[in-house]
Amino acid sequence: MTSADLSYVRTEMLGPQPAPSRARGFGAWLRANLFASPMDTVLTLLGLFLIVWFVPNMLRWAFIDAVWSGPDRTVCATVSQGGVQPDGWSGACWAFVNAKFAQFMYGRYTYSERWRVDLTAIMFVLLLVPLLIPRVPYKALNALLLFVVFPIVAFFLLVGGYFGLRYVPTSEWGGLLVTIVLSVVGIAVSLPLGIVLALGRRSKMPAIKMICVIFIELVRGVPLVTVLFMASVMLPLFMPAGMTFDRFLRALVGVALFASAYMAEVVRGGLQAIPKGQYEGADSLGLSYWQKMCLIILPQALKLVIPGIVNSFISLFKDTSLVYIIGMFDLLGIVRQNFTDAAWASPQTPMSGLIFAGAVFWIFCFGMSRYSIWMERRLDTGYRR
Amino acid sequence: MASTEVLRADTSARVSWKNDPRIRGIIFQVLVVVILAAAVYWIWGNTVDNLRRANISSGFGFLDRRSGFDVSQSLIQYTADSSFRSALIVGLLNTILVAVCGIITATIIGFLVGVGRLSGNWLIAKICTVYVEVFRNIPPLLVIFFWYLGVLSVLPGPRDSLELPFSSYLNNRGFFLPKAIWEESAWLIPAALVVGIVVAFILNRWAYRRQMQTGQPFPRLATSLGLIIGLPLLVTLLLGIPVSFEFPQKGTFNLSGGFQVKPEFLSLYLALSFYTASFIAEIVRAGILGVNRGQTEASYALGLRSGLTLRLVVIPQAMRIIIPPLTSQYLNLTKNSSLAVFVGYPDLVQIGQTTMNQTGQAIEVVAIWMVIYLGLSLSTAAFMNWFNAKMALVER
Repeated sequence: MTSADLSYVRTEMLGPQPAPSRARGFGAWLRANLFASPMDTVLTLLGLFLIVWFVPNMLRWAFIDAVWSGPDRTVCATVSQGGVQPDGWSGACWAFVNAKFAQFMYGRYTYSERWRVDLTAIMFVLLLVPLLIPRVPYKALNALLLFVVFPIVAFFLLVGGYFGLRYVPTSEWGGLLVTIVLSVVGIAVSLPLGIVLALGRRSKMPAIKMICVIFIELVRGVPLVTVLFMASVMLPLFMPAGMTFDRFLRALVGVALFASAYMAEVVRGGLQAIPKGQYEGADSLGLSYWQKMCLIILPQALKLVIPGIVNSFISLFKDTSLVYIIGMFDLLGIVRQNFTDAAWASPQTPMSGLIFAGAVFWIFCFGMSRYSIWMERRLDTGYRR
Repeated sequence: MASTEVLRADTSARVSWKNDPRIRGIIFQVLVVVILAAAVYWIWGNTVDNLRRANISSGFGFLDRRSGFDVSQSLIQYTADSSFRSALIVGLLNTILVAVCGIITATIIGFLVGVGRLSGNWLIAKICTVYVEVFRNIPPLLVIFFWYLGVLSVLPGPRDSLELPFSSYLNNRGFFLPKAIWEESAWLIPAALVVGIVVAFILNRWAYRRQMQTGQPFPRLATSLGLIIGLPLLVTLLLGIPVSFEFPQKGTFNLSGGFQVKPEFLSLYLALSFYTASFIAEIVRAGILGVNRGQTEASYALGLRSGLTLRLVVIPQAMRIIIPPLTSQYLNLTKNSSLAVFVGYPDLVQIGQTTMNQTGQAIEVVAIWMVIYLGLSLSTAAFMNWFNAKMALVER
């Protein structure tokens, strides 16, 4: 008796039955994700109510009723406010942003010299982007160009005064230019300083350790505003009479010192994550302290803390908006300053300007945080279970 | 035996003192300390020189002098005739006020949003994600300006104030609430509250001991709430509600009477709460995700309902992950309250800046700032460390 004789046994596998209609399709998704329980239904309805109330109003304000261009405040003010819009009108005043856009980007940087800022920005992007993409080759050359050659070129391009370029004092800088220069230079200075401080904090020498701990905790314990005040008021006091400091440089010193204390803690986290065997292995090979750190420990530790460094950069980028207090006009500062311009003052101006500044900050910070998350996943080799 | 002696003598002879890490360490440290001391000496000399040249006195004697400026919001009695010392105390109290209010609100919003991001409800989870991603990626100062310049200052003037329930009004001069005026016997109500808290505390300790010994549970939450809320309520009713309200009245130019919350405070408070809440939400989410899924499954297997599972199993374990980063967020909020100086809310930094401008004594003011902020940071950290130790894993 072979199996072929059993005519009542199926020879081929039965295909799977379709899921019951209740568990299929859009209706089932709605039931599972929006109306799973009475509580969920209430929450969903509340959320829907919020969206229905908020989104159309916002779209109407930001796009449909918005004013996109115009010569002055009259296009953004209602008749009773001395403008041309009908009473009761409410919409974004993008005309204000449009008219002031160049100022928001460059500050009061001399008009004919703005190509220098553009050129610096293009060079920065061209050097930075390949460095951030792991697949692009020539990383060492790229890093050398970005970290050694570019800062020198950028300095001469932005400040000028040599090679026939006109000198542009930093008091004329402003807008996004100041935000980016302050945060990039701040992070570039704070990284080596932070590494030294972190090594000092983990050092076995008591005096070095104490100095580093005191500096780190002192700076981390106080707000950036007070550090900036200190840099702006006390730095000139500390220097010999007659020696004056550029205001921009003072802000830079404050920002860099502040960031280096936070960077030190980030790097310390990386140093602590390196297994003890690595330290002992380096010691047993007879490497000196600096050889051990530079060749064995720091390359591993810094790779671990790349996301942390990016996060520090994000918070530094946001914090540069505080330099407004010592009379510098970063992006937010210059937007804020333009609210007082009588030619554009209207009830809609502040909100429009702030939303524009917020959008710019948001794009930068969101982009960086996404990059940091992606990098974290990529670097998470070896620990994946 | 002899060979080892020889070997040891041999090595000590070959290693010169220049290569001994201990001696090198000491030399290096002495060098660094000397350089640092020289730098401090140089800075000190320059500073003394500069101060003498600019004719600025030094020392903390200015604290007792008349300040001569007014402060828009003060928790204690303060006039322009008061000393700089009381001005700075007013500032410190205002800093603490906005920080405490902000911390409470930020924690509530943060926990709601953090749990909401993990909700099975798709819409709620998406709304919470959008909230977190928006507020985390913009500067806190922008949020403050948003409320101060974008929302509160474009509200209608006092004459066309927005009327809200409970006869409160909202206009561009702030938020006007009815002011409670307590009768003389009203001191019994806070007294009852204190008594309620003390009794609830003692009862809780007793109930905890009894449960540990006999295993008998006690409805701790209900009794505690009853004591803390019920007792003052009972006293209020027994005294015949010894309170009357002064309602804000609309005048021609301004609202008179009532309790005014200034727009400076309101914008700072709202901005700090909303901004910090987005970070707290992420911490809460990470904490809850950090609790092993097996814990929840084991709890279900034991027959606990989902509410009880969350309350008795997940949250106590998540709290251990949440508390340390939560502490640093509280400290950040306290430090961010110094952004008050941008909207003119009279906090420690703003009053310190005015003091600096009036006396020119920058070093002393900065020193006061540092000491106070460090004190606030250290005391918050100490309290949270104590709380953390209390919540820490007790291994049996």
